Amino acid sequence: MALTEKKKIVKKHPLVIRWAHWVNFPVLGIMIWSGMMIYWANDIYRIGWGDKTLVKFFPDSFYSTLNLDGRLSDGMALHFLFMWFFFLNGFVYVLFTIISGEWRLLVPNRKSFKEAWQVLLHDLHIRKTEPPSSKYNAAQKIAYTSIIVMGFGSLLTGLSIYKPVQFGWLCAILGGYEWARIEHFVLTIGYVFFFLIHLVQVVIHGWNNFQAMVTGFEIKKVKSASPSEIKPAEEKPIN
Amino acid sequence: MKNKELKEEETTRANIRKRTIISFGVFFLLITLGILGWKWLNNQDQSDGVLKPLRTVLNANEKINNALVGTGHLVKEYPKSKAGNDVRVNGDVGMGDDFDAMHWKLTVNKHPETTSPDSVLHLTMDDVRKLPYKDLTFDFKCIEGWSQITNWGGTKFSDFLLHYHLGTHSGRDIDPNHPEDIYKYVGLMTPDSAYYVGIDMKSIMHPQTILAYEMNDSILPVNQGYPLRLIIPIKYGIKSIKRIGYIYFSDTRPKDYWFEHGYDYDAAL
Repeated sequence: MALTEKKKIVKKHPLVIRWAHWVNFPVLGIMIWSGMMIYWANDIYRIGWGDKTLVKFFPDSFYSTLNLDGRLSDGMALHFLFMWFFFLNGFVYVLFTIISGEWRLLVPNRKSFKEAWQVLLHDLHIRKTEPPSSKYNAAQKIAYTSIIVMGFGSLLTGLSIYKPVQFGWLCAILGGYEWARIEHFVLTIGYVFFFLIHLVQVVIHGWNNFQAMVTGFEIKKVKSASPSEIKPAEEKPIN
Repeated sequence: MKNKELKEEETTRANIRKRTIISFGVFFLLITLGILGWKWLNNQDQSDGVLKPLRTVLNANEKINNALVGTGHLVKEYPKSKAGNDVRVNGDVGMGDDFDAMHWKLTVNKHPETTSPDSVLHLTMDDVRKLPYKDLTFDFKCIEGWSQITNWGGTKFSDFLLHYHLGTHSGRDIDPNHPEDIYKYVGLMTPDSAYYVGIDMKSIMHPQTILAYEMNDSILPVNQGYPLRLIIPIKYGIKSIKRIGYIYFSDTRPKDYWFEHGYDYDAAL
């Protein structure tokens, strides 16, 4: 039987998307790391009210552990090199999704927001029935589209605090210099949350799902000699 | 569903195995290259306080910025009432206690090649105050990331240059029709030579660049650079040198304190 056993692969992630995904990982990492070196020089953000501070961005031990303190010039130099990679990589990704039609699998529609709620309930084991899903389920569509919008937001807020005089109009639209800096920072916190959830989801969904981001395809077993007997309805959703 | 369907393909185990190995081979090769690239970058020599490749990129960014957007934009001005009274003080390099304000004079060297007496000017505050008055309220921005609306009074740097026929090789007034005659940079230095900046001529001629001797309608405080400082709103505060002692001209970048400490030369906003 083993010799005749055939396998089916499902082509999931096109090459450009895999490249953009993995290039973005270290680039965004360096952008966040160097960004914190810059932020260190005026680290005034906190969550709290009045004199009460719940979360301080960031405690001194945080800077010293990550070797971030006293490195404003290093941070700026790194940030203003890797911003180009961040921009170009994002540009290639968006351009590819548009040209290839991949965006149809990614951009949420009107139903997505309702379905995303079902996905959440399902993931939390509150709801038994699986929500509808093509390549991505509704929650993924919202997440993966949001992250692109956020990336675009980082570019704009970043540009407006990088050259607030030359791009004074942009700075004004974003609520002024200090607001643009806050927005740039909040978006970064958003990436960190995205990353943590993303990591948990990748671990939960196993090797076959993960390796598809490297190979491009997922493997599925064919039990019958005739592949046409397998109806799409029987497929396990690919997360 | 109008959704784009995922394509399926039937294939053999061996083929899947082969493709998986190739994909992961490339994947790990890229990771290795990335790590080696990062190590290479961090093993490069320093150039004025920053890794050489990063310095190259900072210089290239400066060129791109000047070519695409330039330095012609005006800074937003605010009503004087918006200016803070508690003006933040930052930086004390070149602001030592041994300064003799009574005998202060502004030394201007018209040409870099010569120090002959007729190419050097010694000006007093009275000389500077005779020039047309200009006051400015704007959002002062520090490279550390903070900003503050502040008010300054003095004279436009461009008026100063034109009045004393400075900034050209020939000694004639600056004329945009003869760019070859105009020095490319202005250098400014504290009397003790401890703090110094270099600024491109286009930025120094900007209509909001001023030689300031007043803050909030009063004489400049000592810690804000009494008797005379630069206020250049289109650049970070590191370029707004306090307590100017010397001004000179050059076709190459004059030395710059924070540039030597790893920052980009332009510091343009």
